[in-house]
Amino acid sequence: MSNYMKLEVPAKSSNEAFVRAAVGAFVSQIDPTIEEIADIKTAVSEGVTNSIIHGYENTKGIVTLMCRIDGKDVEIIISDSGVGIPDIEKAREPLYTSKPKEERSGMGFTVMETFMDVLVVESEVGVGTKVTMRKRIGA
Amino acid sequence: MKIKLEYAMPTLIAKISGEIDHHTASEMREILDREIDMNNIKNLVLDFKNVTFMDSSGIGVIVGRFKRIDALGGKMLIIRPTPQVDKILEISGIKKILTCKQEVKINE
Repeated sequence: MSNYMKLEVPAKSSNEAFVRAAVGAFVSQIDPTIEEIADIKTAVSEGVTNSIIHGYENTKGIVTLMCRIDGKDVEIIISDSGVGIPDIEKAREPLYTSKPKEERSGMGFTVMETFMDVLVVESEVGVGTKVTMRKRIGA
Repeated sequence: MKIKLEYAMPTLIAKISGEIDHHTASEMREILDREIDMNNIKNLVLDFKNVTFMDSSGIGVIVGRFKRIDALGGKMLIIRPTPQVDKILEISGIKKILTCKQEVKINE
């Protein structure tokens, strides 16, 4: 079975819960376990939060999420047209945060990496960031 | 996200329910900090039994409160995390700095 969906929301923190719940509901059609759904929802929450806090720095913008399922494979792409990431390698380091004063844990990318099978981060300063995550259900 | 506060002075037991993410983390931080500031709290117990979701924003709040409690010479404890929350706690390394327990004897 192959299917996809696309969501666009303004970069408001109140949309974080909606987006992860929507992805969880969409993915449930390929019968993931409760733990797999929780993993995917958590990774989505991290990605969307990154776009809101870092991409748009808590100002206006649009966060786009695309979710594709193909057999037992799930692919999720979260993108924004925000400030971009100057040093992706550094941003992906566990505990690194560009906003230490805001009590961010610096674990966002680590969580995405751990909970999904594949994480690809593409970013251009001043253009935006695209995060692609893949996970095989039942793996 | 909702927090029910119970006191066993100088220990605060915060029974949290619902979802902890970037959106709700600031409210959680404000409520706990107000208690630490105003109510002479020394120790903090976070009861996560009814937390249905938590992402790394919650880790930021926990670490921030741990630093405050630790500076006061108090102890902090996380109890009854659900499997999803426990996975995040595990990855974050937070279990190396504070105690997490599944079984506890407290009044329900």
